[in-house]
Amino acid sequence: MSARRGSLVLGGVLVALLALVPLAGWHIPWVLPSTVNVLNATGTLEVLALCFIFAGVALGYDVLFGYTGLLSLGPVTFFGTGVYVFDIALTRWGWSLAAALAATLVVTLVLALVLGAIALRVGGIAFAMVTLAFAQAFYYLVEDNPHNLTGGDTGLALASSRLPGLLSGAVSNTRSLYWLALVYLVLVGAVVRVVLNSATGRVLVAVRENEQRVEVLGLRPFGFKLVAFTLSSLVAAGGGIVYILLIGTAVPSAVASITLTLSILVMVVLGGPGSAWGPVVGAFVYVYLQQYLLKVAAEPSFASLPAVARVPLSQPQFLLGALFVLFVLFVPGGFAGAVARARARRASRRPAAPAIRGDT
Amino acid sequence: MTVLADLTFSAVALSAVYFLAASGLSLIYGLMDVLNFAHGLFMTLGAYAAWDLTTHLTSTLSAPLNFAVGVVAAILAGAVVAGLTELWLIRPLYGRPISQILVTIGLDLAAVGLLLGGFGSNSLSMPVPLWLFEATHWGSLNLPNADFVALIAGVVVLVGLEWFLRRTRYGIIIRAGVENRDMVRALGVDVGRAFTLVFVLGGAMAGLAGLLNSVVFSGDLVSPLQGDGLLIFAFIVVVIGGLGSIRGSAVAALLVGVVQDFSNYYLGTHPGMAEIGNLSVVLLLAVVLEWRPRGLFGGTL
Repeated sequence: MSARRGSLVLGGVLVALLALVPLAGWHIPWVLPSTVNVLNATGTLEVLALCFIFAGVALGYDVLFGYTGLLSLGPVTFFGTGVYVFDIALTRWGWSLAAALAATLVVTLVLALVLGAIALRVGGIAFAMVTLAFAQAFYYLVEDNPHNLTGGDTGLALASSRLPGLLSGAVSNTRSLYWLALVYLVLVGAVVRVVLNSATGRVLVAVRENEQRVEVLGLRPFGFKLVAFTLSSLVAAGGGIVYILLIGTAVPSAVASITLTLSILVMVVLGGPGSAWGPVVGAFVYVYLQQYLLKVAAEPSFASLPAVARVPLSQPQFLLGALFVLFVLFVPGGFAGAVARARARRASRRPAAPAIRGDT
Repeated sequence: MTVLADLTFSAVALSAVYFLAASGLSLIYGLMDVLNFAHGLFMTLGAYAAWDLTTHLTSTLSAPLNFAVGVVAAILAGAVVAGLTELWLIRPLYGRPISQILVTIGLDLAAVGLLLGGFGSNSLSMPVPLWLFEATHWGSLNLPNADFVALIAGVVVLVGLEWFLRRTRYGIIIRAGVENRDMVRALGVDVGRAFTLVFVLGGAMAGLAGLLNSVVFSGDLVSPLQGDGLLIFAFIVVVIGGLGSIRGSAVAALLVGVVQDFSNYYLGTHPGMAEIGNLSVVLLLAVVLEWRPRGLFGGTL
């Protein structure tokens, strides 16, 4: 119990420090993702806010992937639903903020229950394929721009007229949007913790370990899997809402394509699936590195490098993909797994748990 | 009637490319339980290998010979990269199916990133014989020559693959492995070599599919993301056909090609329905899986 309280205190201190970042005008060379080397520069705050958003989405996704053992290839469906329903309600229909939020919640809930109920009729790889198919259907739908709702490829900019001043996408509001993203992450972290520590959460892990045994014990795995699916979908949609507030434009290639699904998967695997803090670290590493590498590649001194070094280094997708391959091969369980192994070695009591449970 | 015949012909040509992409995926999954996300990469690399060689040789070789060189280059590039992928990335992860899927995802991301960096995100034009873009007239029918090439390639590979799987020692080992891998291993057969072989075979077919996709459907253009676009449909074909079944892949490829082409032609011209062909294919998958979760031919090869 004291170890758990210790990690709670550590988490609290970290959140408090992160909450103070927008007030800290420190000059820090090299490591910041923005060209302005000041900690609370707009660019840096925006990147950190993106880290919070995807850390939350990754935590939600891990409830399904790491804890329940279901490989979904469709988290982008619900992230995109959050982005588009919220955006369309405010921008196209001119609804109030509260009405737009309520609409997004209801649509996501219904969609998650319906799609989840269909997809969960099959398991394993077939489940992954059905969720992928739904995600692609969503992408094509958004691209098609039905009734001129989504804006198609050109995107849909969020109209800020119905938003309170602090949340409109203006640059001067990055600070409040940063705090909003942090609140979102803390909220997701708390909800996910509560659910996983509840009786339901223990059944989810049991489903991952041995679904038949759960059935033999008289419980229906389907309902529990649907709970995990719906929870992770709601979390993803919430992330979508904060994302569109922060970024201000919805473009299918960024918020509805399979690339985002794979990014979320990469974050979770880098950090460590089925661990309390792994996905958060994975998302921070992924988003921060991606933005930082883009900044480095844009620097003038970079152009003088020979092509052999410049071409690979200018492509975050290459570096992150290669890092991901190395992790899968050599660091099973990601950061969390590595830490657990290091701890086990120090205590030299027993070997760490397998990397991805169910991966045998 | 003419429209219907023309449309059917182009749908069948599309199906041939889907079949080439899907049959390798299906064999790999059937034998090894690996959902190979790098298959799109094999297709893209095949197209780029052909582009690179034909561009360099276009002034020295006659157009048809140059195209033949491109076809061979695409097949070899796909086969070699796929073989190395199996040896270096898949083999160390035997017995860990989820990690194997993840490693192919990482490889695809990394290599496509490298292609984007090296060649840019714009499409590149490949020198191909002009004859491919002409059409053969049969009575009132207009049949594009490129479609013929795709169709012939698809049929040749289908027949060759069926012969290989039924008449050769390794083909029989692969079929037995799809049915029951552990039993084959228990009988003292080196299944590991068959694993590498299906990757090489699948990669070769994928390389060819990538080249044909460029020539037949993209007007001789190659681009770093073309394989990943095709991969989604190859996955859908594999799942509809039944994982591990070659005949299933062939039938499902026809089904998907026809549904996609016909719905595009008859519905795609309405405003806001430009993607209806793709959408119908996805719906087809959902319907088939609800009706037969293991696909049309799940369990037979």
